[in-house]
Amino acid sequence: MNILDYTAVELSAAIKKGEVTVAQATQAVLDQIEKTEADLNCYVTLDKEGALAQADDIQKKIDAGELTGPLAGVPVAIKDNMCTEGMLTTCSSKILGNFIPTYTAEAVINLQKAGAVILGKTNMDEFAMGSTTETSAFGPTKNPWDTEHVPGGSSGGSAAAVAADECFYALGSDTGGSIRQPASYCGVVGMKPTYGTVSRYGLIAYGSSLDQIGPLAKNVTDCATVLEAIASHDLKDSTSVERKTDFTSALVDDVKGMKIGIPRSYFGNGLDADVKEKVLAAARVLEEKGAIVEEFDLDLVEYAIPTYYTIADAEASSNLERFDGVKYGYRAEDCEELHQMYKRSRSQGFGPEVKRRIMLGSFVLSSGYYDAYYLKALRVKALIKKSFDDAFAKYDMILGPCAPTTAPRLGSSLSDPMKMYLGDIYTISVNLAGLPGISVPCGVDKNGLPIGLQLIGDCFEEKKLIQAAYSYEQARGKFSLRAKEGK
Amino acid sequence: MAKQYETVIGLEVHVELATKTKIFCGCSTAFGGAPNSHTCPVCTGMPGSLPVLNKQVLQYAIAVGLATNCDITRNGKFDRKNYFYPDNPQNYQISQLYLPICRNGYVEIETEDGGKKKVGIHEIHMEEDAGKLIHDEWEDATLVDYNRSGVPLIEIVSEPDMRSADEVIAYLEKLRLLIQYLGASDCKLQEGSMRADVNLSVREAGASEFGTRTEMKNLNSFKAIAHAIEGEKARQIDLIESGQKVVQETRRWDDTKEASYAMRSKEDAQDYRYFPDPDLVPIVVSEEMIDAIRKEQPEFREEKMARYKEEYDIPDYDIDIITNTKRMADLFEQTVTLGAQPKKVSNWLMGETLRLLKERSMDPEDIRFTPDELSSLIAMVDKKEINTSVAKEVFEAMFDGGVDPAKYVEEKGLKTVHDEGALRKTIEEVVANNPQAVDDYHNGKEKAIGALVGQTMKAMKGKADPSLINQILREIL
Repeated sequence: MNILDYTAVELSAAIKKGEVTVAQATQAVLDQIEKTEADLNCYVTLDKEGALAQADDIQKKIDAGELTGPLAGVPVAIKDNMCTEGMLTTCSSKILGNFIPTYTAEAVINLQKAGAVILGKTNMDEFAMGSTTETSAFGPTKNPWDTEHVPGGSSGGSAAAVAADECFYALGSDTGGSIRQPASYCGVVGMKPTYGTVSRYGLIAYGSSLDQIGPLAKNVTDCATVLEAIASHDLKDSTSVERKTDFTSALVDDVKGMKIGIPRSYFGNGLDADVKEKVLAAARVLEEKGAIVEEFDLDLVEYAIPTYYTIADAEASSNLERFDGVKYGYRAEDCEELHQMYKRSRSQGFGPEVKRRIMLGSFVLSSGYYDAYYLKALRVKALIKKSFDDAFAKYDMILGPCAPTTAPRLGSSLSDPMKMYLGDIYTISVNLAGLPGISVPCGVDKNGLPIGLQLIGDCFEEKKLIQAAYSYEQARGKFSLRAKEGK
Repeated sequence: MAKQYETVIGLEVHVELATKTKIFCGCSTAFGGAPNSHTCPVCTGMPGSLPVLNKQVLQYAIAVGLATNCDITRNGKFDRKNYFYPDNPQNYQISQLYLPICRNGYVEIETEDGGKKKVGIHEIHMEEDAGKLIHDEWEDATLVDYNRSGVPLIEIVSEPDMRSADEVIAYLEKLRLLIQYLGASDCKLQEGSMRADVNLSVREAGASEFGTRTEMKNLNSFKAIAHAIEGEKARQIDLIESGQKVVQETRRWDDTKEASYAMRSKEDAQDYRYFPDPDLVPIVVSEEMIDAIRKEQPEFREEKMARYKEEYDIPDYDIDIITNTKRMADLFEQTVTLGAQPKKVSNWLMGETLRLLKERSMDPEDIRFTPDELSSLIAMVDKKEINTSVAKEVFEAMFDGGVDPAKYVEEKGLKTVHDEGALRKTIEEVVANNPQAVDDYHNGKEKAIGALVGQTMKAMKGKADPSLINQILREIL
């Protein structure tokens, strides 16, 4: 068996049985990266030597019985907006092009404790602002299914790396769909947990009230296992919550009696016909397995995008103020005074999409506009949460597409930012309401590009989503680029 | 006839809280330390770091709010104040704009005519301090020290209720005492743990509208505050009298030049784009929390003064001075508890302690000797083991720190010699060697005996009981 055929959980089991060593697994991934990375550009930083050194260390701990967890020995890729001590962390921005953190993000520490081999840092839209990974200062990542297409974003490097076997699983972050949408475009499983489940300590903030770290994985089992490993109640993050995190206990093939709501408005204009067909087919699969599937009207869907861009950009405009050339990161040369240094460092250091959002965010917070924009957006956010509350009074979960289309062609999105923003319609309200959501591949379109099924749950109801996604996956059968390519 | 003007003053007082750690991280708040040695990813604004509220800050802020008769906000928030400056590592300060922790309070001050007046408190909010910029002339570079970054502050914003420099000083004294008694801060103006910005306007006496105000910064002493108020009042009246307008602006007081100059006007006021900090959860204050803090409130000065009058036989003047600082009052009470006579303790505090504080330019908060040391010193005097002049010497050593009075007396051999034979012998020698003084005494010059006592004391190296010397001398003469 080719090592790359293993899922993360299978690989760890094989390592513990002595069938594969951690070094072999790490080397297999590094060889794969060697083969495909030039075409795909999944990584900003690849730490080959560090990974092999970690592999030896972890192997010893596994042999000594010190590391027994389900992810011990498995190589992982980390999105480049999570701090890693001593390893470049750029947010795919020129302004952090030389930034080496002095500390490691809590979610990454949790993985280290679980025995992960950290391969490196994955490419992303600059500061997670974008839906295609094309706003990266280090060039776009390509979709492994078709390198003429984008991998989605902003966690495009992580999703593409999982799809292309350049890692066994990856961490991403999701502010408005940045895990689920690239998972959908790249044919992998991605999950955004309930806000507060995974510590944000060490995650370089975009929209603080919306950001959550989550897994991108080969299947639902890996996804649940990774989520269980990274979730923790962290006293360093005031928004972290204390909750049950026994997600893998929901890996059960049974949806009998589960009530699933399908919002009518999710299947209206703008939805690609292939996507619609495959998502509805997936709903029928769940229905056949005993779930109760109903259509219903979800309110306020059309307000999600303006609300999201108001809140996320407002927070971003403040969160990104610290990048000023004073303490770390890029500093413009030959400046004569302080304000010139600020202006030049930021003008040269940030890309156009980031600047656009900083300007939008600064505007909606400015004196005289605060009430009309920011405060109103917060009120709409509360109403959107309430419309979900109403839905979850009737349904265990909501089913829909992850994105209106499959992965667009490279270069077709940035010229029309409004169109790009509208592509977030199915994912962003989940962040506004703080809910968990999972994306599971449910087929391909006529061009052979993957389609993602999204399941949305009530707060803290990840287990329902995992159970339904796992059951669907059992019925669907194997789905991966490797499987498609007959490897 | 010249017009009469009224001065209208409101104060913004920043107080550094006496927590051991910073407001949003676990770093030490200790003063000094090598630059950037009390820092972490949070207080240096490292990417990805997050603030977590230090509960002690909230408790102190509520305690100050209760002591100043404020309403306590049950559901509060922190807001970000956005502005770019290198002493502020995130380029926003975490403060409170929309829902400050305390509102609508007042303190009562005594006015010059002996009457009472309430000064309203608009609000008290919590916020973080900034770092310090140090300009290196040699390198022509500016360096940043983030040790102060994240040190907790409260800002107490008064209503424009004060009308004179005296009222302002009385208000500040009142705040200082309340906060020191609470132990929430040492409130030292010189060291910046208490800072006051003065908002001042003038208007014609009897006018109902306020005039245009200015804000005065960089006032580091009560003297500076008083002078700045007088100066600004005169400046504004001059402007109005000469037909010009007062510009709403921030001015900086220059203490050495005794003058202020404009820093920035309202026109270039920045838009701080305040919004609730999404990294911090709402501040929920329960009834139980308020009750617990209320229960812990100390005895404040007025109550203390009344009790001292009742319990201790010491003059009102002493009570006034001793209760004027928490440190003195604590020292007094603790020393008395150890068994020393209140009047004697008071004498040491009022006399030698105040003298040495003045001589060393120190504040009562800087006192290092302990109640144990003072009570043991008083006991030695009581038991006549040392005389008062020796006691003063011991006290000074004790005041300068690190000296156990009993050990000090022992090591330096300062104990009073009670051997009457030896003393008598010395006195006989002194009498023999000072015939003139003896003659003077016999000729009715009572004063001459003083010189003989002095000579004896000198010969005894100060270690004799002066009353015994006196007694023996008179016998011999």
